[in-house]
Amino acid sequence: MTRLWRWLGIAVIAVPVAFFIIWALWDNHPLFLRTLLNGVTLAALYFVVASGFTLVFGLMRNVNLAHGSLYLLGAYLGWVVGQITGSWLLAVAAGFVVAALVGLVLQVGVFRFMPGQDLRQTMFTIGLSIVLADIMLWIWGGEIYQFDPPALIFGKTPMPLIKSYPTYRLVLLATAIVIGFVLWWFLNRTRVGMMIRAGVDDRAMLAASGTNVQMVFAITFAIGAGLAGFGGVVGGTALSISPGEDVRYLLASLVVVIVGGMGSIIGAAFGSLLVGITEQFGLAYAPTYGVVFTFVVMTLVLAFRPQGILGRKA
Amino acid sequence: MSAAYWRRAMNSGTATVPTSTPAGQRPGSWRTPGTASVPRVEFTSMPSAGRVIQWLALGVLVLYPLFASPFFTYQIAGQSLVLGLIALSLTLLAGYGGMVSLAQMTVAGVAGYCMAIFGTSAAVQISLGWPWWIAVILAVTIATLVATFIGWLSVRTEGIYTIMITLAIGVAFYYLCLQNYTLFNGFAGFQKVQAPEAFGVDWKLPIPFYYLTLACAVAGYLFVIYLVRTPFGLALQGVRDNPRRMNALGFDVTAHRVAAYAVAGFIAAVGGVLLVWYNGLVVPGSIGTGSLLKILIIAVLGGLRHPLGAFLGAIVYVLLQTFSMDALGDSYRERYNLVIGGVFLLIVAFSPDGILGWWEALRRRASRGRSAG
Repeated sequence: MTRLWRWLGIAVIAVPVAFFIIWALWDNHPLFLRTLLNGVTLAALYFVVASGFTLVFGLMRNVNLAHGSLYLLGAYLGWVVGQITGSWLLAVAAGFVVAALVGLVLQVGVFRFMPGQDLRQTMFTIGLSIVLADIMLWIWGGEIYQFDPPALIFGKTPMPLIKSYPTYRLVLLATAIVIGFVLWWFLNRTRVGMMIRAGVDDRAMLAASGTNVQMVFAITFAIGAGLAGFGGVVGGTALSISPGEDVRYLLASLVVVIVGGMGSIIGAAFGSLLVGITEQFGLAYAPTYGVVFTFVVMTLVLAFRPQGILGRKA
Repeated sequence: MSAAYWRRAMNSGTATVPTSTPAGQRPGSWRTPGTASVPRVEFTSMPSAGRVIQWLALGVLVLYPLFASPFFTYQIAGQSLVLGLIALSLTLLAGYGGMVSLAQMTVAGVAGYCMAIFGTSAAVQISLGWPWWIAVILAVTIATLVATFIGWLSVRTEGIYTIMITLAIGVAFYYLCLQNYTLFNGFAGFQKVQAPEAFGVDWKLPIPFYYLTLACAVAGYLFVIYLVRTPFGLALQGVRDNPRRMNALGFDVTAHRVAAYAVAGFIAAVGGVLLVWYNGLVVPGSIGTGSLLKILIIAVLGGLRHPLGAFLGAIVYVLLQTFSMDALGDSYRERYNLVIGGVFLLIVAFSPDGILGWWEALRRRASRGRSAG
């Protein structure tokens, strides 16, 4: 009976989606393919940002609502470094390093003193996001900043069916895939990664077996925050940086991990794909209701699978 | 609902509420172990001195416009009462239900947008121009339904997830209002959504508006005080302290939580109607992240443990917002967010129970001094 219902539920969602795909392909296939690529490349960016969020959440149960601020901070400081040195790659590195350092300071200086109080930690990150947003507005003002990446990755790549596509977005996609693999390798094949996974499963047991849990926390927080800063420069290059972007990427991270399942890297990948593609199709086919589609996806997942697509029951 | 059910509710409720449970037994609570042993405010044994203070406070509030300037009546007191009312809905949810929702301002915003869409505004192509009382009824009803839906969605997960889901819902609604022009009029929003002239009084004026908000705020405050002593309120606090035990006792934990969202949504909706009248407009910015967080800041600033905290927090917030601009001088006029964010950080880091927590600590110190001497 329940199995029947589940198939019915899947059919209710899948049939209209299939009809839409057939109609859209028949109606205007370049638009459809271009939107799909936009969705996948946006998903790549979301994955970079949200994987850090979910990594921190999975280990520390800390909902870092300042994650969007770290994204923006990495972007701005990366931009400054890029202006001074003239090198885009250094800007990317600076974005990662600065955000990672801020994350490290936060974990060592603040969250260490609030162990197990997840709500208080979350509230602290809320206050932090307000303060950081205002400081950044103070320093960089309301203007829109843009990076100039090397000419090699900027421009257009010829593509079948849709003529051409911005090279940088394809680079973004490749970067996200590489990051996904590096994260997988780090978590599954290195000693620290093993500790992190053990911490996700049972924090108390990890501490009892003689691991310096605070060290593992600090490393994880630094990597998670660093990924946000990295995403800031990489994403700021694809789009632009301006005040308010922090909220956008915080929302994206939240929805991605709610949809994909909290604390799971593969879940973050699934979630970003779903959210990125939904968002782009919403924007392309129903511009003023774009965000509704993202919301509907989140609602459906919460209704049928509250722990997220790949999440485990808490 | 049988009588036995309610009796059970009463028994289990009184068994869990006044006693001090160890902090570890309270998932979602962020109280430090040191303060966990403080009993909740007991209403039944309110000393007569407290009664006197309550009546005095009410008297001062009623007489306030007589000696306050219109600016202080409207901008300071009116705004504090409206924001306090919305924050009160969060106090009910978070303090008594253990669910920290960031979407209370969204509920208020839904009510505000409904007032603009059904009632009158400057955007005549969208506003339907119906009489104000129909608009109010519709706005409060729709916003309460939306709150119930938000509750139904967010109670599917527990604890820290609530904050994420409600924030995502709130920000999604913000982007919807920002992007959509056919229904929500996009970035421009709705201007000139004003309080009506009714019963021979122009409710836009500072003094009538002050009394309107005061009546609503006092009603909301007394309602929450009453509600948390009813079997439902006691069961809700039981659900906060130990959902598993309440479930084992035969309570429908999910139903209690969703009902709490609905009741809190109603309070927030009334606050939303008042807020749109106070501002005279509703724009995406009034339900943006800053506004969502504002309600949380107010509730936490005042203290989540008693309904009074919401209003105390609102007064402090409004005073900070209004006067930090002047105090900071011309070159730093824009930096009041920094001040408010900083104050919030300090409260969270050092005094998780807010202003009421200080008060409690002071009183305890005083009584300890008295018993020692």
